[in-house]
Amino acid sequence: MTVHQAPTAFTDRASGYAAFLTAHRSKAVLRFIACGSVDDGKSTLIGRLLHDTKQIFDDQISALQRDSRKHGTQGQEVDLALLVDGLQAEREQGITIDVAYRFFSTDKRSFIVADTPGHEQYTRNMATGASTADVAVILVDARQGLTRQTRRHALLVSNLGIRRVVLAVNKMDLAGWAQGTFDGIVAGFSDFARDLKFSEVKAIPLSAKNGDNVVDAGVAAPWYTGGPLLTYLETVPVHAEALNAPFRMAVQWVNRPNSEFRGYSGRIASGRVRPGDSVTVQPSGRTSTVARIHTADGDLPEAGEDESVTLVLADQIDASRGQVIVATDAPMRVTETLDARLFWAAETDLSPGASLFAKIGTATVTATVERIVSRIDPETGKPGPAERLSANDIADVSLRLDRPVAVDAYAENRETGSLILIDRETTDTAALGLVQAPKATAATPGAAMPGAAKAADGGGLLARLGRLFGR
Amino acid sequence: MSAALAAAVPPSATMRAQTAADRLSHLKRLEAESIHIFRETVAETENPVMLYSIGKDSSVLLHLALKAFAPGRLPFPLLHVDTTWKFREMIAFRDARAKELGLDLLIHTNPDGLARGVGPVSHGSEVHTDVMKTQALRQALDRHKFDAAFGGARRDEEASRAKERIISLRTAQHRWDPKRQRAEPWHLYNLRKKRGESLRVFPLSNWTELDIWLYIEQENIPIVPLYFAKERPVVERDGQLIMVDDARLPLAPGETPQQRLVRFRTLGCYPLTGAVESDAATLPEIIGETLAARTSERQGRVIDKDGAGAMERKKQEGYF
Repeated sequence: MTVHQAPTAFTDRASGYAAFLTAHRSKAVLRFIACGSVDDGKSTLIGRLLHDTKQIFDDQISALQRDSRKHGTQGQEVDLALLVDGLQAEREQGITIDVAYRFFSTDKRSFIVADTPGHEQYTRNMATGASTADVAVILVDARQGLTRQTRRHALLVSNLGIRRVVLAVNKMDLAGWAQGTFDGIVAGFSDFARDLKFSEVKAIPLSAKNGDNVVDAGVAAPWYTGGPLLTYLETVPVHAEALNAPFRMAVQWVNRPNSEFRGYSGRIASGRVRPGDSVTVQPSGRTSTVARIHTADGDLPEAGEDESVTLVLADQIDASRGQVIVATDAPMRVTETLDARLFWAAETDLSPGASLFAKIGTATVTATVERIVSRIDPETGKPGPAERLSANDIADVSLRLDRPVAVDAYAENRETGSLILIDRETTDTAALGLVQAPKATAATPGAAMPGAAKAADGGGLLARLGRLFGR
Repeated sequence: MSAALAAAVPPSATMRAQTAADRLSHLKRLEAESIHIFRETVAETENPVMLYSIGKDSSVLLHLALKAFAPGRLPFPLLHVDTTWKFREMIAFRDARAKELGLDLLIHTNPDGLARGVGPVSHGSEVHTDVMKTQALRQALDRHKFDAAFGGARRDEEASRAKERIISLRTAQHRWDPKRQRAEPWHLYNLRKKRGESLRVFPLSNWTELDIWLYIEQENIPIVPLYFAKERPVVERDGQLIMVDDARLPLAPGETPQQRLVRFRTLGCYPLTGAVESDAATLPEIIGETLAARTSERQGRVIDKDGAGAMERKKQEGYF
């Protein structure tokens, strides 16, 4: 589904093009995740968004009509879900089995949608989709109301750091557009979500099948005046909750084409950097000054979050792949032990003592599971005892690493506080992990970890984590 | 729901407030993500290669690769799987770029297919694609023992592509298993694999057709002239305008190529690639046309119409 604008060709090509470029360059990108249970109509909703924002081409419409006759579940009508259920197996079973990314754009914004399946066994896909999203759209079938899945999805996106949620109450046409039904679902969700640390929950009654309140305002529910889903997505602040985190860049590649040049290439995870800034290489702890910010387009006077650059340092200090270049006055925590919240993705069970690879930034180390602290109830967020973990479990564990790494807490920095665990035999990604802040008693202030000590002293942090992780 | 949650972290000298002016443009962000993917792959694999198909996406891919390792040289070779049916202008462009940039370019043609005379006209699109592209690619990857291959596929191209990971694992037989894909959260890519397995890496996953064109314009990236409108000799076959690029395309009795003002939205083997009537001869005109298009770019590709799920099946068999 190729992005193209709804408007027709520029009537005056030259001026139309200039205006388009100006508008396009200032356009922000919003990444959101759509989650819902089987049959909540998620694929239909995304198909509707693509269709009504005119992202679907004529040849795709004719393919859709052909496919609808073969696989459709909407009788004589075109089944919009078939636009997004790309795999044969999905069409045959009428379900979504894997996370897919969709692209569309309007005059105001470009969108990347992570379309994730709702079955319990695919929790990992939802966590993956949520890991880079700004907003979550949680679908509820108006006739079913809130289900266990709704609670799981809400808890999961909250865990992954999403702060803005749309509660999309779908199939309102089949519920007679009854305001009482809608209000009941909203009240139930607010009650449940009180501890989930969302900064905003936007509830919208809609019908993905008919298109009411998706792109255009519906007329069937005069009692609702909050605007359609697309209007919300076009106006919700992007990165509003992004913390102004200090400078961090993991070294990906040492660029040494000749004896004259030695640069450290990486993508800036957070913060900003300028020549002259004092930086420290962690975990080694050596300090230097940024001499140049090199790119293929010339040196930059300043660079920030998400930019891929090559830093040249003033001193000949040794930095290699796996280390992190950070602002000297706001270092990361250097540690060989980690408390992490895991989303277990492997089909095999995890027991204490298991040894896996952990990829943290650009560092890959060996991690041993010292202890399963607790398994988290996926519906309530309450911790409980566990001796082993199986597929799709969420749990807090203690990891011991074979060498020190530099980390931040996930609550402080999504990029430098995340990790994946890799099965050493199958090489599959076995778990997604969120680094937890050190517990107050474990936060031993010392030269090696001033950042951690400072953060723990910062007050409010532990309380915020407590709220986030439901303790 | 309180809105006061973000008011937490103490300010520090290094935490400069981000202003709107600091916000990266969409294209800059895509560029940075692609460069990150190139560097991760080169750092964690032993023998990577870049699949170079000469098309506009390959041109962008090459441009990004050069940026990722500047001022150093490209740390991997390029591989072109030559079916011998590409447009002549594509081959000329390929050779000129390789010379100009000093590229390490490998060219592979399936010798069995060549000996058997397999081609799109005589054997049809499915057999031709399987033998001269899919099998040829597998031969080349096996011969050079490449353990990772960069490709220019984008998720917006086709429904089964939308489910593809950026780092995609292939079995020793080069098969793709859509049900056994790895989770790929944040920007943490798992590049590990067992002996014999290999990776396909797609740095352009999150780009759209429009992004590609805008980036080509912004960066002034050279592309094959076939993308620009020009009078070209074409015949109409099954509703497609096929360019008569050489004498190998058989003409029906009485059929004569017509000079029409056309261009191509995608490039491949010339008998399998439909042209579109267009007078767009500059990048802004092409971008304007892309914005107003009513058909997808793949509409000009004959092989995508080999039945529902055709692309998914080809991918499972090892097609890029």
